[in-house]
Amino acid sequence: MSDVLAARSQMAVSLAFHIIFAIIGIAMPVLMVIAERRWQRTRDPVYLDLAKRWARGTAILFAVGAVSGTVLSFELGLLWPHFMELAGPLIGLPFSLEGFAFFTEAIFLGVYLYGWDKVSPRAHLTAGILVAVSGALSGIFVVIANAWMNTPTGYVIVDGVMRSVDPIAAMLTPAAFPQALHMTLAAYAATGLGVAGIHALLLLRNRTSAFNRAALAIGLLVGAPAAILQPISGDIAARYVARRQPVKLAAMESVYKTQAGAPLKVLPGVEIPYALSLLAFHDPKAVVQGLDSVPRDEWPNVGLVHFSFNVMVALGTFMAFVSVWAGWLALRKRDLASRRRFLWALVIAAPCGFIATEAGWMVTELGRQPWTIYRILKTADAVTPMPGLIVPFLAITLLYCALGAIVGWLLYRQISRSPQT
Amino acid sequence: MLLLSHTLAGVILVALTAYVLLGGADFGGGIWDLLADGPRKTRQRELIAHAIGPVWEANHVWVILAMVLLFTCFPRAFARIAIALHVPLTLMLIGIVLRGSAFVFQIYGGGGGQGRGGRVFAIASLVTPVLLGICVGTVASGTIGAVVGIPGETFYALYVAPWLTSFSVAVGLLTLTCFAYLAAVYLTLETRDPELQADFRLRAIVSGVWVLMMAGLALALAPHRHIADHRLAVLMGLAALTAFWALWQRRYRVARMAAAGQVALILWGWGVAQSPYLLPPGLTIAGAAAPRSTLELVLIALAVGAIVLFPSLYYLFKVFKARTGLSVS
Repeated sequence: MSDVLAARSQMAVSLAFHIIFAIIGIAMPVLMVIAERRWQRTRDPVYLDLAKRWARGTAILFAVGAVSGTVLSFELGLLWPHFMELAGPLIGLPFSLEGFAFFTEAIFLGVYLYGWDKVSPRAHLTAGILVAVSGALSGIFVVIANAWMNTPTGYVIVDGVMRSVDPIAAMLTPAAFPQALHMTLAAYAATGLGVAGIHALLLLRNRTSAFNRAALAIGLLVGAPAAILQPISGDIAARYVARRQPVKLAAMESVYKTQAGAPLKVLPGVEIPYALSLLAFHDPKAVVQGLDSVPRDEWPNVGLVHFSFNVMVALGTFMAFVSVWAGWLALRKRDLASRRRFLWALVIAAPCGFIATEAGWMVTELGRQPWTIYRILKTADAVTPMPGLIVPFLAITLLYCALGAIVGWLLYRQISRSPQT
Repeated sequence: MLLLSHTLAGVILVALTAYVLLGGADFGGGIWDLLADGPRKTRQRELIAHAIGPVWEANHVWVILAMVLLFTCFPRAFARIAIALHVPLTLMLIGIVLRGSAFVFQIYGGGGGQGRGGRVFAIASLVTPVLLGICVGTVASGTIGAVVGIPGETFYALYVAPWLTSFSVAVGLLTLTCFAYLAAVYLTLETRDPELQADFRLRAIVSGVWVLMMAGLALALAPHRHIADHRLAVLMGLAALTAFWALWQRRYRVARMAAAGQVALILWGWGVAQSPYLLPPGLTIAGAAAPRSTLELVLIALAVGAIVLFPSLYYLFKVFKARTGLSVS
């Protein structure tokens, strides 16, 4: 394994691990706050129980998210020092703002988790809302920094050096809005439907449990609207990629030849004529740039990007379908918790959001290769000169495998102990 | 430009100081968890977990802030540090991950303080501060400010020898004893139980002696004279004497102030001594600085952030540390 590949693999493992905890940390506070608000309104003890149990689970996941996020912020420099030397002054501003958002999140999570008996009910609920808001903000700031790598702005290159550095222009980079929207919705959709799916499984065993019914309803309330909106934000994101990163789009759709009126490859051998041009540019005759527009050594891994993209789209579509089903049942005032087929669909949807999120990051990161900063800095030129990078890669991988197993076991134990009445 | 970059370097040192005084004490709690002993072993561990629980994540953010400010405002220095200190920084990260996750597993996993999670928490709390200190000591010693990445040199010469020096290790041990000392002093105020207070008073005095010995060792091993500013070193000594006197008199609030001041003065003594260099002997603060537009915006972001941060921190400590007299009232 070459050092660049080892560094990329370590970054991939670190990001893939962290993103699970990050999106749960963004969305779970919303579920907790809804449960607590319902407890304060109805005084139904089921909601208090729910808020407290969710808070316990969130405490574990948030802590692992915080430390794995620290690892990433250091790894940016440890693995890619030349990237950070170049990009630091431009993407440092969103990272600094993220620092403060994360501070707020950690402070009020402490108040929320340990302050049930120490602050007033109103202050406690407010702390939960602040955790939810600052969690979403810190996610958005980090995604903005990533967006800059896709569409770098806010500088002029003179003699190979970045001049006229403008961090505000860098923050307003064109990829920022579509990426931040897509990622934030992903967090709510994955976590909301994930929670709903777990409690759907428990309801399949015992459909009278008030605890699981309440949890299912709140999970759907957060997850379903996000899952329904996600295809729209995906369309916005894809159209920006078509304009700003045509090579990435070509890899996503495995378009080898530049062509007008490009078809959409749905399955191997199945194509919808003109559909790709229509989707990417809202014009059936638009020209879609193919991989042939750049030299072979500037192609990303087309097979993997295309596969990841299809996985993301398929799972996202399924999640949107289940969410529409839930909305339709709710509109007709049907009892969701006693529909076995619907509950089974939710169980299947539970892991989909997390897998789709991983696949989506594969698309955006692998699709940008061989560049770290698109058309500015190649990944091979960004890597640290230190040899033997396979050692830290293996160490971090082992560490995260062990941590993942422990977290999984702790959550399994907690869920299996949830009340069944 | 000079003033702006030096202000931001100062802010980074403030963030590092806050991390040492707050997050450092949380690591120190882990050290006392490992060394819990005597008839009140279990109660000591419970007190430590109780004291750390609500605040450790907020305290941890200071190191991320210091890191982010370093790569935003001084990208050249950051890149050099990240290359030359890859090994100890990666080990430190593993320590940070193990410490944080083991602590939360222990609290929420229901495994109790003596389980394997407790062991991992305690050992990671021991190793991580030493590595942090080694990194700081290496910057101070000037071994990475001079040369980076000469081709043809061995791995050891380029990526191990710069930080594996007797001086850096001494700074690592100094950091460890400082963290243990701070934790012991703070813990005297976390309980009303006179027996537990006496336990941690004794630990504070003993570790306070260790701090002075390690500070002396580090000074003796220093590779050059600009390791500590003399005026601040005198103030540090006065703070140490005050802390010992207050601990002896059981005036714990005075002891906490004095001990925190003492450790902060060690850091500032180093910072002032190596100014105007960020990575002595070659790279100055101004020479490593990012473009002016970045520095100005970061300063504005810091001002806005501080308006949100400090009232929130005040509230956090008021809610959980009011009994310990940390709130102003």
